[in-house]
Amino acid sequence: MSVQTQGTDTAGEPAVRKARIPGPPRGTGRDSGSASRGAAAPYLLLLPALLATLVLLGWPLVKNGMLSFQNLNPRQLIQHLTEWNGVDNYKEVLTGSDFWKVVERSIFFTAANVVLIMVFGTLIGLLLARLGKKMRLTLLVGLVLAWAMPVIAATTVYQWLFAQRYGVVNWVLDKLGWHSMADYNWMGTQFSTFSVITLLIVWMSIPFVAINLYAATTTIPRELYEAAALDGAGAWQSFTSVTLPFLRPFLYSTTFLEVIWVFKAFPQVFAMNEGGPDRLTETLPVYAYVEGVGNQHFGVGAAISFLTILVLLVMTSYYLRMVLKQEEDEL
Amino acid sequence: MKRSLFGRIWPNATAVVLFVGFVFPVYWMFATAFKPTNDIIADTPVWFPTNVTLGHFKKAVHADHFWTLVLNSITVTVCSVVFSLLIALFAAFALARMRFKGRRGLIVTFMLAQMAPWEVMIIAIYMIVRDNDMLDSLVPLTVFYTMMVLPLTILTLRGYIAAVPKELEESAMVDGCTRGQAFRKVIFPLLAPGLMATSLFGFITAWNEFPLVLILNKDIEKQTLPLWLSQFQTAFGDDWGATMAASSLFALPILILFIFLQRKAVSGLTDGAVKG
Repeated sequence: MSVQTQGTDTAGEPAVRKARIPGPPRGTGRDSGSASRGAAAPYLLLLPALLATLVLLGWPLVKNGMLSFQNLNPRQLIQHLTEWNGVDNYKEVLTGSDFWKVVERSIFFTAANVVLIMVFGTLIGLLLARLGKKMRLTLLVGLVLAWAMPVIAATTVYQWLFAQRYGVVNWVLDKLGWHSMADYNWMGTQFSTFSVITLLIVWMSIPFVAINLYAATTTIPRELYEAAALDGAGAWQSFTSVTLPFLRPFLYSTTFLEVIWVFKAFPQVFAMNEGGPDRLTETLPVYAYVEGVGNQHFGVGAAISFLTILVLLVMTSYYLRMVLKQEEDEL
Repeated sequence: MKRSLFGRIWPNATAVVLFVGFVFPVYWMFATAFKPTNDIIADTPVWFPTNVTLGHFKKAVHADHFWTLVLNSITVTVCSVVFSLLIALFAAFALARMRFKGRRGLIVTFMLAQMAPWEVMIIAIYMIVRDNDMLDSLVPLTVFYTMMVLPLTILTLRGYIAAVPKELEESAMVDGCTRGQAFRKVIFPLLAPGLMATSLFGFITAWNEFPLVLILNKDIEKQTLPLWLSQFQTAFGDDWGATMAASSLFALPILILFIFLQRKAVSGLTDGAVKG
C-alpha cells in the first residue's frame, strides 16, 4: 500500500531539480468535502495558470508550427513577409543526412548521460544512507555545492579545468604518466568534447538523484527490513526485495526528468564549444539553434524544433502513459 | 550488524574521494579568482592561493555594464519568481484540495508544460516578441521566465498543500473561518518551507536562463548576467583569473541562497515527517 501511494506521489509531481525535496508526505484523503459550495471555484482558481499556459506556451507552440510551414529567411524576416511553402522545410530536413545523424547522436548522448547519472546517483544515494553522521554531512555539503552551481558558471569552470594550457586536468594526467596529455586540446575532437560535456552534466545532475534517493530511503519503514531478516534474507536479498521496490517509483520519475533535462540541455553544449568541432557535438536543440538562428533558416529551424518536440514526446511517452494510468486509478 | 574494519573504511574512503570530486570545480573557481596571474599560469598548479589578489574581481566588476546587468538579472529573476508563486498558489490549492471535472487532464497538462523545450522554441518566441515590438526589453523575459517555472511550482506546491492535514483547515472552518481565511491563516504559514524550496528552484531557473536572452536582447544594456558571462571569456581571451572572478560573482548569490534556503526547506520537511 505504502509503495502504491509513493508511486502516485513521485509520479504526479516532478521533483524539484534544485531543491532537496523527497516528495512531501501526502495526507491520505484529499477531497475536502465542500465541492458543493461553488462548483466554479476550482476553475476560477486555475484560471490564471491556465491562461498563462495557453498564451505563453500555447502561442509559441502554434507559432512554431506555423513557421515550420513557411519559407522564412533573413529577407522574409526583415520585410515581414509570410511565404507558405507547405512541407518543404520538413522534406529538406528529413531527407538530409544531417538531421538523422543529430537525432542518433542526441539519443545516444541522452542515454549515456542518463545511465551514468542514475547509476552513480543511486549508488551515492545508497552510500549516504550507510555513512556515519559526520561523513554524511560532509558529502552532502559537497553534493549541494555542485548542485547549486549555475549552469553557465559551471560550464566556464569546466572550460578552465580542461583548458589546453594551464588546465589542471592536463597537468594531472601528465604527472600520472600520460605525457601526451600535457597539451591536449579537449575541444579538438567529437569524443573528447562530449566527454567534458558529459562529465559536466553528470557532475551537476548526480546531487539531485543522490540526495533525493537518500531522502527516499529514510522513509522506508524499518519493520520491512526486520521482516525480511526474519525470513532469512541476506543483504542483497533485502536490497532487492525491500529497498528496490520501495524506490522504484522514485527511480522511474527521476529517470524521466533526467531524460528531459539532458535531452534539452542547451547551455552546457552550446557554451562549451558552440557545438564544435565541425558541428560534431550539436545535439538537437543546438542543431535547431544553429540551423535556425545561426544560419538564419528560420523556417527550417522551426521544423527542426517541431521534430525535436516529437522526439522528446516519443522518448517520454512510456512514462507519461504510466502517469496517466496512475492518475486514473487515483480518482 | 558486525562490520569488518574493511567494511567500515571503504564507505568513508569513497565518501572522501567523492567529496573532493564534487567540490573541486567549485573550489578551483574561487581559488583561481583570488590568485595573481603568475600563479594561474604557473607550470605547477598553485593549489592554495597564497598571494591573494582582488584584482580579478575589480576587473570583472569594472567591466562595462556590469552593474546594469546585475540589476537586470535581479529584476527579471525576482519578478518572475513572485509572479509564478502568486499564480501557482491558487492553482495548486485547487488541484490539491478540490475535486472537479478535468482535474487529471489539468495535472497532465502541467506535467507536459514542465517538459516544454523552450530552447527549441526560441525562433517562434523571437517572432512573437518582435511582432509586438518588445525586443530588447526585460518584460518578455520576465513573462516567459514566469511561465518556465510555473508548471513545476504548481506541481510541487500541490504536493506541499496536500501534505497539510485537511483536519487543520476543517477545524478552522468550524471555528468560523471562511475557506479563504482558513487557507491564509492555517495552510499558508505551514507552507513556508515549500514556498522556499519552490522559489529557490524558480530563482535558479530564471537566474540561469540563457538561450532566450541570447536571441531576444541584443542591446547590452538589456541583457542579463548569464549571457555576459558566456561572452566574458571570449572578450577577455584566456584571462582565466577575470573569468573565474566573474563566474564566482555570478555563482555566489545562488550558492548562498541555496545553502540558506536548503536547510530551512529540509528542516521543515523533516519536522513534518517526525510529527507524522
